[in-house]
Amino acid sequence: MKPAPFRHHAPTTVDEAVAMLAQLAPQDGRVLAGGQSLVPTMAFRLARPAHLIDINGIAALDRIAVEGGKLVIGACVRHVTFQRQVEDGPLGKLLATVVRHIAHFPIRNRGTFCGSIANADPASEWCTVAAALDAEMVARSERGVRTIAAKEFFAGIMTTALAEDELLTEVRLPLLPAGTRTGFQEFSRRAGDFAIAMALATYRIDGGRIAEPRVAVGGAEPHARRIGEAEQTLAGKPPGADVFAAAAERAAAAVDPMEDVHNNAQYRRDLVRAMVRRALDQAAARDAA
Amino acid sequence: MNAPREIDAIKWIGRSVERLEDPPLVTGRGRYAADISFPHQLHMRVVRSNHAHGKIVSIDAAAARALRGVFAVWTAADIADIPPVDFREGRIERLEPWRQPVLATDRVRYVGDPVAAVFAEDPYVAEDAADLVTMEIAELPVLLDARAEPGEFSPGRGTEATVLQQGYGDVDAALRDAHAVVELTLSVGRHSGVPIETRGAIGRYDGSRDMLELHGAAKVPHRNRDLLARMLKRPPSSINVHEAHVGGGFGIRGELYPEDVLVCVGALRLGRPVKWIEDRREHLICANHSRQQTHKIKAAVDRDGCLLAIDDEFWHDQGAYIRTHATRVAMMICGILPGPYRVAAYRSAGHFRLTNKTPAATYRAPGRYETSFIRERLIEAIARELELDPITVRRRNLITKEDMPYHLPLEVLGEEIHMDTGDYAALLDKVLAAADWDNLQAALAKRRAAGELVGAGLAMFIEKSGLGPSDGVHIAVDTAGYVEVVTGGASIGQGFETVMAQVCAEMLGVDYKKIRVVHGQTDRIAYGIGAHASRATVMTASATHNAALKVREKALEYAAGMLQAPIAALAIVDGQVIRTDRDAGASISLGEIANGLSPTSKTRGGREPGLSAEGWFNTEHQVYPYGTHVAVVSVDAETGGVTIERYIAGYDIGRAINPTLVKGQITGGFAQGLGGALYEEFIYSERGDPLSASFADYIMPTARETPKIEIILTEESPSPLNPLGIKGAGESGITPVGAVIASAVEAAIGMPGAITQLPITPQRLKRILDTK
Repeated sequence: MKPAPFRHHAPTTVDEAVAMLAQLAPQDGRVLAGGQSLVPTMAFRLARPAHLIDINGIAALDRIAVEGGKLVIGACVRHVTFQRQVEDGPLGKLLATVVRHIAHFPIRNRGTFCGSIANADPASEWCTVAAALDAEMVARSERGVRTIAAKEFFAGIMTTALAEDELLTEVRLPLLPAGTRTGFQEFSRRAGDFAIAMALATYRIDGGRIAEPRVAVGGAEPHARRIGEAEQTLAGKPPGADVFAAAAERAAAAVDPMEDVHNNAQYRRDLVRAMVRRALDQAAARDAA
Repeated sequence: MNAPREIDAIKWIGRSVERLEDPPLVTGRGRYAADISFPHQLHMRVVRSNHAHGKIVSIDAAAARALRGVFAVWTAADIADIPPVDFREGRIERLEPWRQPVLATDRVRYVGDPVAAVFAEDPYVAEDAADLVTMEIAELPVLLDARAEPGEFSPGRGTEATVLQQGYGDVDAALRDAHAVVELTLSVGRHSGVPIETRGAIGRYDGSRDMLELHGAAKVPHRNRDLLARMLKRPPSSINVHEAHVGGGFGIRGELYPEDVLVCVGALRLGRPVKWIEDRREHLICANHSRQQTHKIKAAVDRDGCLLAIDDEFWHDQGAYIRTHATRVAMMICGILPGPYRVAAYRSAGHFRLTNKTPAATYRAPGRYETSFIRERLIEAIARELELDPITVRRRNLITKEDMPYHLPLEVLGEEIHMDTGDYAALLDKVLAAADWDNLQAALAKRRAAGELVGAGLAMFIEKSGLGPSDGVHIAVDTAGYVEVVTGGASIGQGFETVMAQVCAEMLGVDYKKIRVVHGQTDRIAYGIGAHASRATVMTASATHNAALKVREKALEYAAGMLQAPIAALAIVDGQVIRTDRDAGASISLGEIANGLSPTSKTRGGREPGLSAEGWFNTEHQVYPYGTHVAVVSVDAETGGVTIERYIAGYDIGRAINPTLVKGQITGGFAQGLGGALYEEFIYSERGDPLSASFADYIMPTARETPKIEIILTEESPSPLNPLGIKGAGESGITPVGAVIASAVEAAIGMPGAITQLPITPQRLKRILDTK
């Protein structure tokens, strides 16, 4: 479990990093942020990048701020940052809830939000957040800057719209309106494991009825996504066990679950139903922030 | 005043004193295998088969040999004179064809099978070079199920190496005449001990003294020395084996594996020390697996549920080779299955079958974890069949206190079963009282009625411990009054040093912190059987007791002369020999006595030099502690997840030298038992690829999944077979856990007989719930 030989590059500015990436990506160069997925894969020699462009020394990427109604999360912001509410509204509260489901404490100390997004593991909690809230991913290359919507960004199992010479410099999450209720539930064999299925739900109550519902499912399909059928079931209805169960049923029917040696499609579908319903219940039970 | 005075001597046995082992371990001064290095050492990397079964057509190591920093690359042809890894307890000719070669010769038989060894200047280069070794393998059919039709192991030799059988009485007649016959098919999954420290071995040859050294794992250093001597054709006295600190043993670590042999042969032939540290993937696919079996079991019972006969047939999945333990686990299964119950007639037959998976051997509570699950499931099935309470069925079949000593014409570890002492029913009563069983059941029934899936389960078991036949200890007191206890035992993290020191301290009247305990060093003592089979405290502590008594006698005899007092009027308190018949007066310290007994001392007289003695403890039989565990679980109907709400472990230890250490053993064992019950399983693809080769896929319980348990530790049945009444503690925490949790889960889901397989994963449990 010793990685194959590689060259380590340590740029100190984003310009330098993207220049290196333009040059080295075609020679099997990879970006190293927190390294919590890449480094173990290298130790198993399942990944053998010839070059690592280590962005941890780029101070400009270690930034988190609210700008123009959005939470802007730089590429070097660690998971642990979110354990305290990063903003006072419902988004900060949601992120503080979700982060506790991510792996284990040492991994949260080192791994990054943007690294999870770029890695796009199907069971990534942050990818589920990004999908649910329609995040924007900001990609930089020598060719310029572009912003990619979550819907276009996630393409499959560990596959994104990022080109090989593009560095994900930041992710922008829209702040949630005051009064938004949030719930997040996942099921994994043990605390900290990759979840077999997870669900995130947000909505407001407007005049006794569900408004702006968002329901996203992660872990069950090749990438996290919003489940429109479940959202439509909820929109405009008074909140309650029956409507939550109906939305959960719609979500279970809508997903096309991955199968693996432990989990067949039926099991994942059952978990999606349970997680969606529980996330909706949790959102209902929690005080609106 | 000649009135005898009260001696306020400190008692060391039975006290939960702090561990002597901890200071180096918690201050970063531990010395584990990876911490051991020698100048000019080479690093070894093993090239392993990626095929589960195939014929080796060719191996090309040219590119690896050409890599800068590579010293040598060996295949089987380079060590053709080294025989396969032999059995630990000596030759067993009929099983020899299935032994594992040090490097695969003509066939590979599991993914992970060692095919070549690279020796290089550093571990990175070694791994780079290993990548460059290519092999052509002609694939052969893969056999992954011990219940399937046996295949060919080698020309003229099948994959069923043997069928093990034990039994007594007329089973067929009992089955024919019984009131009822209950039959079950049950399986236990493939899992194993997974210590935090992977294996490691450092071989070193000192040509100036013609001594070969193997440094690394603890467990059975003397046995490994003797085994190496046989394989390498060297006299045992020219080999030293040294154990290091260990990050877990559990029976799987510390056996002699191909890699241990390779570092020794490498050191001998390459002229440089050779170091090998296993990585986690290697560990999960190469170190011994355990447990995997399927049983078809029948019980003949009368109308009261009394066991007239048990008839068991099982299929033991041995994996690719027979390793150092030979057929020990399967034979233990045949012997120990009846457990705490009286069974009028009994028969067990185990098909010992090779498959294309990692070889299997002992893991903490070998044979007992499996049979507790099988037997306790059977008891519950009998209760169901006869519409009786399962605890009533247990009570009707328990071996009683009056039956002791209870002899069975069955063997475990080569000895006939002689249960020495025990009052199983009394411990059952204590555990039921602690659980407040009737009220607990009422409360659970209420919760179930409200829609919750909650339930309680119980299992009873016997342990066997203290495997003999013999242990010797040498004790010497130095001139400062400090004591050295040299044992042939091994410290696998269980508190071995502390326990031996406590026993010695009690006998010698010295502070246990003044006692240094030596273990696992073959150059310090000629004999040793190490630490396995929950033997260390029973055997080595008894030998320590006997040796310390001799030292005590010698000290008192010398002191009597010096103090002009009868021996009967002397005591040793805090390292000083004092008179008990006077309030004050002269005393002499153990250090002064050691000085007085030095070879040059004028006061030594005709005595043998040294305040020292050797003591032995011999036994013909193991000792049989016992226990009862209770679990309360809740099941998540939507996910199949199981939560342990409460767990009670009742255990009779005979006599606890250090109760905290015993409880530590039980607590740690429980966590591993929980792993086998709910989480841990080595699984394979249809092609025989191991799919549990990392900690993301081999799932062990963490602190979050492991509840705090309640321990009821009793000392009602000390053993008459050793001077302190000791029974072993190492495996009791794990033994019944699969059985208890299975029973509790079944009660929770209200589906009697539904649980027939361990581990109870959420996916499996959900499938069961879906059939409700």
